[in-house]
Amino acid sequence: MEKISNFTGIGVPFRYSNVDTDQIIPAIYLKRISKTGYEDGLFSTLRQDPDFVLNQDAYQNPQVLVAGSDFGTGSSREHAVWALRDFGFKAVFSPKFADIFRSNCGKQGVIAGVIANSDTVKLWEAMEANPGIELEVDLPSQTVRCGELEINFEIDEYTKWRLSEGLDDIGITLQNEDKIAEFESRRAAWRPKTLPVKGD
Amino acid sequence: MKLAEQPLTLAEKLWRDHLVVKGEDGAPDLIYIDLHLVHEVTSPQAFDGLRLAGRDIRRRDLTIATEDHNTPTKDIHLPIAEPTSAKQVQALRENTKEYGVRIHSLGDKNQGIVHVVGPQLGLTMPGITVVCGDSHTSTHGAFGALAMGIGTSEVEHVLATQTLPLTPFKTMAINVEGTLRPGVSAKDIILAIIAKIGTGGGQGYVLEYRGSAIRALSMEGRMTICNMSIEAGARAGMVAPDEITFEYLRGRPHAPEGKDWDEAIEYWKTLKTDEGATFDEEVFINADELDPFVTWGTNPGQGVSLLGEVPNPSTYQDPSDRESAEQALKYMDLEPGTKMKDIRVDTVFLGSCTNSRIEDLRAAAELLKGKKLAEGLTMMVVPGSQKVRIEAESEGLDKIFKDFGAEWRFAGCSACLGMNPDKVGEFKRAASTSNRNFVGRQGKNARTHLVSPVVAAATAIRGTLSSPSDLEG
Repeated sequence: MEKISNFTGIGVPFRYSNVDTDQIIPAIYLKRISKTGYEDGLFSTLRQDPDFVLNQDAYQNPQVLVAGSDFGTGSSREHAVWALRDFGFKAVFSPKFADIFRSNCGKQGVIAGVIANSDTVKLWEAMEANPGIELEVDLPSQTVRCGELEINFEIDEYTKWRLSEGLDDIGITLQNEDKIAEFESRRAAWRPKTLPVKGD
Repeated sequence: MKLAEQPLTLAEKLWRDHLVVKGEDGAPDLIYIDLHLVHEVTSPQAFDGLRLAGRDIRRRDLTIATEDHNTPTKDIHLPIAEPTSAKQVQALRENTKEYGVRIHSLGDKNQGIVHVVGPQLGLTMPGITVVCGDSHTSTHGAFGALAMGIGTSEVEHVLATQTLPLTPFKTMAINVEGTLRPGVSAKDIILAIIAKIGTGGGQGYVLEYRGSAIRALSMEGRMTICNMSIEAGARAGMVAPDEITFEYLRGRPHAPEGKDWDEAIEYWKTLKTDEGATFDEEVFINADELDPFVTWGTNPGQGVSLLGEVPNPSTYQDPSDRESAEQALKYMDLEPGTKMKDIRVDTVFLGSCTNSRIEDLRAAAELLKGKKLAEGLTMMVVPGSQKVRIEAESEGLDKIFKDFGAEWRFAGCSACLGMNPDKVGEFKRAASTSNRNFVGRQGKNARTHLVSPVVAAATAIRGTLSSPSDLEG
């Protein structure tokens, strides 16, 4: 994963709340076995509307999505994050994210920053007053800036550290391989095993 | 998290008993995973990741795969017609072969929806941690397991390490006291809970369903409730194990035997929230007053009593709720004030990991026996697994469904999400026993009303959203 510190990119006022991952990318795009190339599926239903925000000239090649509350609910599909990432988004801000979606963002180098409801509205208004304006996102100070407006966002310390260092989770976990092996040596015999048994 | 000597909730006990490394300085805890369920949609990129990094699977003996999301539910002896579906299923077969993972493929008697297969094999049991790259993994919490849906990166992480770095959750008690009236079932309880706490109400929490109405439920009913925990945004939902749990497990292929069974029972009996333990949040539901529940909108929280009517968004205080309800009604083509029972449907879907177990099929069949499908409607019955299908056929349920006018299909996720050819048609309205009424979920512009199996059956008979009591007299 690439290290993230700060970047500047076009922001999108995404005035939708309760956006589930079926909306972010419908199931029809989930049949692929690759890990990249999902940008065509992003918001594919909404994008059929010519007036949809991502179809407007001002918001081409965007990098920052500012959405309403309860973003990424529903299905666990990581394809939702792949689609955002492949479309070019490096950060998503919302007053509330679904747990699995937020976790998936952290695995793919996408910032999922929590901002206050009132700040969300301020950001929308600032972006709409100046369509296509670039936002400055700064991970170390946890701020997003839109012109004169500066907003703080929340992200858990551990995810922030991993994103800024560009660290692979599996590598970190395997540093504890001895502790995993020790735990396994104490695993009770009644606990399930999937190997075939009589009566399967 | 509390200290070990303090009274603990059920979820905290499971966390304690799977803690490999306690995280320091804000790092998450490392939690051991007892059972990893795998299916074709969310795993190919995880296997690819292993291959690229030159890593092996740590515990293939704790991993099991089945094919469910893409698989056709008819003509299963033929090659899968849709090329991308076929390719994804083929990738799972090749990956499990290469890495030595047990798989139940289309045609096998243990093939079916991953959340039906785990419990039926007896692999899902109290006191274990279960993960799967599918949000409805919460289903397995019905056994008193800590069961979570995960993303594909986490699937790869579990394959490689059999652990997951996780941040401790908050706990929420959902107390459901009282006795359900006839015609009201587990599905109505969970739809009422989600309508009450909202689709984000459970975010950051593990829910524990408690109270006399939960204790009175069968394992199938408890699975229906835990299954939809994710629709309230919760990371997991669970029910403390009891005699009903133990009886369900006894004699299943992978249930412990002999001395192991005795040891397991002894431990399982300790798996309940201690007297004096506190939850971060508590919710109360009166089961005596529950009606059959049905959704009117495009998220599972937009539900109402079947005796009620389509709400008027203009009465909503919160502007974003109002906007969301207005958009939902437009999509659903419904007018405020319409009585739910006056809504006519085009099709009925009985299936999905929420309601496709043998008990669900029996409850529906009992109402459908000797009746005919309402004119102009279609109905599809999709058992959760091949084993459920075989069991249903041995009881003659297939004949009841077919005589009624419904299609009797093979096992899979089917029209719940329409990754296979089973879809609700464009602008068609469905009464569906599945879990999500999202925009486009069951097919482009398809309109979904989430219902219980008995409401699905009564609706199929009358043609309009109906409760079993409407069939009397």
